[in-house]
Amino acid sequence: MGTQATAAEAREKPGLGQVLHDTRFVFWREMLLPLRDPFSLIFSLIQPLVFLGLFGPLLGAAVGAPAFGGQSTLQWFLPGVVVMIALFGTSMTGSNLQYELMTGFYERILATPLSRSSLMIGRALKEWAPLVVQGLLIALVCIPFGFVFYPLHVLLGLIILGIFGIGLGALSYALALVSQNKEWIFWGVQQTLLFPLMILSGIMLPIEAGPAWMKTASLFNPLTYLVNAERELFAGGVGTDTLLGLLAASVTAAVGLVVGVKAINRNLN
Amino acid sequence: MIHTEKLTKNFTVKKETVEAVKGVDIDVAPGELVAFLGPNGAGKSTTLRMLTTLLRPTSGTASVAGVDVTADPAGVRARIGYIGQGNGGGHSFRVIDELVMQGRFYGMNSSDALARAHELLTSLDLADLSKRTVVKLSGGQRRRMDVALGLMHSPRLLFLDEPSTGMDPQNRANLWEHIMRMRAEHGTTIVLTTHYMDEADSMSERVIIIDHGHIIADDTAGRLKANLAGDLLAVEVAAGSASGVRGLLGRAAAGGEVSENSYDGVVRFRLRLPEGARLAPALLKEMDDAGAPAQSLELKPPTLDDVFLELTGRNLREGANR
Ligand SMILES: Nc1ncnc2c1ncn2[C@@H]1O[C@H](COP(=O)(O)OP(=O)(O)OP(=O)(O)O)[C@@H](O)[C@H]1O
Ligand SMILES: [Mg+2]
Repeated sequence: MGTQATAAEAREKPGLGQVLHDTRFVFWREMLLPLRDPFSLIFSLIQPLVFLGLFGPLLGAAVGAPAFGGQSTLQWFLPGVVVMIALFGTSMTGSNLQYELMTGFYERILATPLSRSSLMIGRALKEWAPLVVQGLLIALVCIPFGFVFYPLHVLLGLIILGIFGIGLGALSYALALVSQNKEWIFWGVQQTLLFPLMILSGIMLPIEAGPAWMKTASLFNPLTYLVNAERELFAGGVGTDTLLGLLAASVTAAVGLVVGVKAINRNLN
Repeated sequence: MIHTEKLTKNFTVKKETVEAVKGVDIDVAPGELVAFLGPNGAGKSTTLRMLTTLLRPTSGTASVAGVDVTADPAGVRARIGYIGQGNGGGHSFRVIDELVMQGRFYGMNSSDALARAHELLTSLDLADLSKRTVVKLSGGQRRRMDVALGLMHSPRLLFLDEPSTGMDPQNRANLWEHIMRMRAEHGTTIVLTTHYMDEADSMSERVIIIDHGHIIADDTAGRLKANLAGDLLAVEVAAGSASGVRGLLGRAAAGGEVSENSYDGVVRFRLRLPEGARLAPALLKEMDDAGAPAQSLELKPPTLDDVFLELTGRNLREGANR
């Protein structure tokens, strides 16, 4: 054996610093795809605008302004759309992996010294990154229609969404590993969970309008706190809702990463 | 460099246990070049995956580059390179991007990674394809890219699972030239599996034959062939004089089987003759003296396939002796 240690061998013991370091490269690699092919990004920008433009007016007409706690429909609905894009994006983190499990790609990455957490965080963040552009664009487009834009609050809101997205992305990653060779399980579970969670968080329609059991159920849904936090922030406030949202996001991230690393290791048996 | 004791892997498939690797003991010294040879499903990839921490052993121990695979898998991964049996490139990515990022994953800085990537692309004859996406590469080109990925960080210990499968002869030769050069320059230890018997035969100093999860032979290709097989000798004599050489040929085969068939007035004997090239001239003279001169002679050196046949009674599957 030679005496000179290679760069990989000189790595520190895996810790937070190492995870951040590795995450940077995993994220960067993932970002090469949209950067080399920017057209894919354009569609991802149009989609939320269509949703907002078509669904928003109907919502205002159907539910009526008082249901939104005195806010304009747009001010109330826009943060929901942003959360929804984040949910759709980051819950897909595992879908690419499914394909890669069939080629030698996953094995190649697993044989590198990259920390396991960074594999999931880097990918989840790639699904989240376009949201920064999307969120800001939607906000700007909505200003002429009466939306009041608080840039710093919105930024904080996006960061909280990113933390939540890491958790959801890691869970999605774990789901892809568990449903290896059975893609339908991945899609089945992802769809079956996502929609009830979304509806029970008041993301599209105010939960206050629903029956009591729905309100109770929504209290056990981390997404509820996330949506409330985003609403508070988008309206220019920072308070209890924001804090609870940050907490819910952090818990989701921690749980997601623990489950994800477990799933990766279980796969080695 | 590698030391295993009773390394074992069982899989459970639908409540049934598949014993993929059954307690193998392997020792590889620094700088060695070792080839695993065995039929499909013998346990080659499973063994390599345990050594590279991609699978957890069911029982037994393995230390790789001085690190225990179960106690410190991350430590093992930082010390090795691995080229798996499947294609490692991400389908929508450009070749050059994947190579550079692989280098970055192993802690290389970006200028080193870029320089190394171009060096590998050139020597593996991929330079023109650096900006292609992986999905647009041919099978052999993809395989060469896999090799480039595994070599990016110049590991001291390299595992290759069927590196040359799907490459044409020219590129196989390139690959081997590259591996040999790396070995000469850096003293890299190399463990590989191959389906090509001639590769195991000519390139590696040491061949480990695996069958049904067991190591059934472990030696240099030359010694394996000399010990087990012997050269295949076929001699033809006139039918009338065949009886005069039967005993003689039986003694030459040293207990091995002598088969014969006759056609058109000649009898064709076939036998294994240890050290055939050296002993055949004397044998011919003895046959002359016995009044049964050989009308034709064919002497084939043994292959590893013959070794496998002798050890297991089976042929290595098709493809192996291509
Ligand atoms: N993940 C797995 N789950 C269940 N069984 C497996 C798994 N991986 C391998 N096996 C089984 O273990 C045995 C050894 O497989 P392995 O892939 O090690 O063979 P191999 O020697 O590499 O063969 P090949 O030449 O075809 O690549 C086979 O019977 C295979 O079916
Ligand atoms: Mg194999």
